Amino acid sequence: MTAIDPSFTTLPFRRLADAALERARDLGATHADFRFERLRHQQLSVRDAVLQGASDSDETGFAVRVIHGGAWGFAAGVLLTTDEAVRVAEEAVQVARVAATMTTSPVELAPEPVHDDVAWCSAYHLDPFTVPTASKAAVLIDWTAQLLRNDAVSHATASLQQVLENKFYADLAGTRTTQQRVRIQPSFAAMGSRDGAFDSMRSLAPPVARGWEYVTGRHEGRPLDEAWDWEGELAEVPELLAEKLAAPSVVAGTYDLVVDPSNLWLTIHESIGHATELDRALGYEANYAGTSFATYDKLGRLQYGSPAMHVTGDRVVRHGLATIGYDDEGVATQQWDIVRDGVLVGYQLDRPMAALKPELNDGRSNGCAFADSPAHVPIQRMANVSLMASPDGGSTADLIGRVEDGIYVVGDKSWSIDMQRFNFQFTGQRFYRIRDGQLDGQLRDVAYQATTTEFWNSLEAVGGPETWVLGGAFNCGKAQPGQVAAVSHGCPTSLFRGVRILNTTEEAGL
Amino acid sequence: MITPQELVEHALATSSADDTIAIVRTGSRANLRWANNTLTTNGSTRDLTVTVIAFVRRAAGPGGSGGTCTGSVTGSATTREQVSALVEAATAAARDAEAAEDAADLVAGGAAADWDEPPATTSIGVYETFAPALGEAFQRAAGEQRILYGFVDHLVTTTYLGSTTGLRLRHAQPTGHYGCTGKTADLSTSAWVGGATRDFADIDATAMDAELAQRLAWGARRVDLLAGRYDTVLPPTAVADLMIDAYWEAGARVAHEGETVFSRTGGGTRIGERIVRPEVQLWSDPSRSGLACAPFVTAASSGNMSSVFDNGLPLARTDWIRDGELAALLQTRHSAALTGQPVTPYVDNLVLEVNGGAGDVRDLAAGMERGLLLTCLWYIREVDPQTLLLTGLTRDGVYLVEGGEIVGAVNNFRFNESPVELLNRFTHASATVPSFSREWGDDYFSRTATPALRIPDFNMSSVSQAL
Repeated sequence: MTAIDPSFTTLPFRRLADAALERARDLGATHADFRFERLRHQQLSVRDAVLQGASDSDETGFAVRVIHGGAWGFAAGVLLTTDEAVRVAEEAVQVARVAATMTTSPVELAPEPVHDDVAWCSAYHLDPFTVPTASKAAVLIDWTAQLLRNDAVSHATASLQQVLENKFYADLAGTRTTQQRVRIQPSFAAMGSRDGAFDSMRSLAPPVARGWEYVTGRHEGRPLDEAWDWEGELAEVPELLAEKLAAPSVVAGTYDLVVDPSNLWLTIHESIGHATELDRALGYEANYAGTSFATYDKLGRLQYGSPAMHVTGDRVVRHGLATIGYDDEGVATQQWDIVRDGVLVGYQLDRPMAALKPELNDGRSNGCAFADSPAHVPIQRMANVSLMASPDGGSTADLIGRVEDGIYVVGDKSWSIDMQRFNFQFTGQRFYRIRDGQLDGQLRDVAYQATTTEFWNSLEAVGGPETWVLGGAFNCGKAQPGQVAAVSHGCPTSLFRGVRILNTTEEAGL
Repeated sequence: MITPQELVEHALATSSADDTIAIVRTGSRANLRWANNTLTTNGSTRDLTVTVIAFVRRAAGPGGSGGTCTGSVTGSATTREQVSALVEAATAAARDAEAAEDAADLVAGGAAADWDEPPATTSIGVYETFAPALGEAFQRAAGEQRILYGFVDHLVTTTYLGSTTGLRLRHAQPTGHYGCTGKTADLSTSAWVGGATRDFADIDATAMDAELAQRLAWGARRVDLLAGRYDTVLPPTAVADLMIDAYWEAGARVAHEGETVFSRTGGGTRIGERIVRPEVQLWSDPSRSGLACAPFVTAASSGNMSSVFDNGLPLARTDWIRDGELAALLQTRHSAALTGQPVTPYVDNLVLEVNGGAGDVRDLAAGMERGLLLTCLWYIREVDPQTLLLTGLTRDGVYLVEGGEIVGAVNNFRFNESPVELLNRFTHASATVPSFSREWGDDYFSRTATPALRIPDFNMSSVSQAL
């Protein structure tokens, strides 16, 4: 197991924190926190077996957030000196003074125990930043070269994103946390055309909080459990693409759907994950990302979905992209229920939201504060929100076997949902016709469109644990100024009855 | 503190690569955010990043062909030591890399006249007039049973680009925008106003609140309509939403290779084909008044629409669609060689004009017998690249127009449409005015000027219950 990178722990964040917090206290702040971050990113892109671009970035900086006069103040800087830390603390207080004239509800924070100088590191074997860039590029080049060997593939791309995130947090109450996370997103895609139609087929591999071993499938020479089958998928994709290009266009209508985890994770993200953020339910994202139909008055009463639906919020699941030990407000992370037996029973919280509804979670935040940069203020962000499998739910084939006339949906592609999380439309990588409980070839031009509660109430069954997969994304957007967050969603294969299917070619008026 | 110019010179002087480009970006930013008639978050931040791009030429040998290899590293750096570390990392990456497919001679030149000027800045003081007026707007809104949610942001970024081929270029970019959503106290009706600015001198919180109050009043009568195709007026903000998507899909290489709406069936691009109505002009110009942006290329990495070798290339007015014909796509020097077309790099602004377009959005609505007037669009995503079919939703105000008058507010809709198709089907266009994309303006692309368009059969695919 790994330890926190010494090149981070030798940076002067403790000295800067002490200077900033002392200055904020002297200026009358009732709360002050200091966050120091180093974010390393590397992105590689390959097209047709040639490296197109490789770039590295290393963002290091710090922020001071205060409550002063009942108002928030936030400032950030990049010059790593104690004088600058003091200046940034003073600027945060100055911002709070400006803000106080427009703050009609004094800011409060839910209480949190002090966590005295604790450290946490995510679960991975090999930091991808220790692997030579040329070695990583060679893998991507080889992937696209393999794809191009098939006549069905006219062009192929591959990409790799990697992040090493280090954070130090300190506040006036005495909490001190030092943390490290690694995440990685490898991907490839094949493109082809036939009879004037163009299409693509992409890897289903999800981004994960793992190290380079996710790409090689090995660690210290030994195969890993739960390794992604890259070679199998590379061999399969060209034929799947060829089949898709030759497939018939779907007839729009109402179908039963069996949805694979590689597609359903994104539907969960949009229709449950964002809808159960309490800041949205209370209006704090109304001007940007939107609010939620799952308003607070519906807690304990809203039949979100069928009784087969059990959803958790989770910031502790192994290899989850939103998994961490302590959030960006010094709160120890947790797992809790959001939907149980189909009923809305919980929300995602940070300390300001938890203070507004102290009857939730025993008055304590459930650890959902996150800032994507030292220059950004922490906001309430999504936990890993996951749909539980049924212990005796059966296999994907079992679920397909229960469908007389329907569609099996695999892989994510296009996604969109309204600002209260009612109306959504999703496409996918592959859609298979189901007839009499058997797959009967692919379909083209398919999108499914539904309303959140109709869709989840049409959930007839979830698959067993053997079908459960942790999917996710690097790029969930929220807040002003905009921030991105990485988040995972686990789910089993699931069966939905009577969902509206569109023909996208007809939608385009062609 | 060491100046940005000194950081550039230090990077270039200490690099052992055959050539080096250094890009320093230094920025300051101030923002205010509010909800439920109170301020929620805010910030005043400064940042400074240095990008070092190293170029190493490799001779052809028995093991393979030669070429130029590149390495690009970006980091927060405020000292010479930190810049030296970036130079070492970039050079090591270049020595480790494959030869770049987009290799070309680096742009040569000298120092621009403003090279020695210090960075431009902003601070929380930019809201000196706006902030007290906003506080008053909160009070007034609360008294009139209205709730305000919104955000103002101002950032000023100064870019310094230097190269071992002599370039010394500087550009200071102010970017600002405002947006405010108003809701009735029962949350049943919603309205939005927003726009871009360069300095907030022209933004009035009182006028913003008054416009919201009027729009909320239009919603006093509620009309529920079914999904279908409607005669619809898209205001300039919604047109900007859709045109930005079209612009971002205009990469020449992927079009040439058959993957987009701008690909010709059978191979190559549609450059030279009439793709929309002949009155349509779509163009970018870094010197466009009110939308001015960087007049030279900056690229930290290479990709489908950028090349590190093109850093410093001058940008000028570029017609993307001229008289309805596809005139150009986004080209690096590399993709231009592949496609046999002129070099037309990405420019950070976009203008849509329609010959004969006149009046404003209300004039277009006034000409409708029965139809819809939208406010803005949201959550727009590509469904099919070959047709550029987009899906998304209406938001914060869909108004029913009857006999040229706004007679009530309608439920929201999901739409499925292609912006290229819309430019073929519109029946009326207003004059082009500065606009602001609700979807993309905040974080990515705020410099747009577009007309309102009237579409006779806009595809409202389904009803959205969202308020």
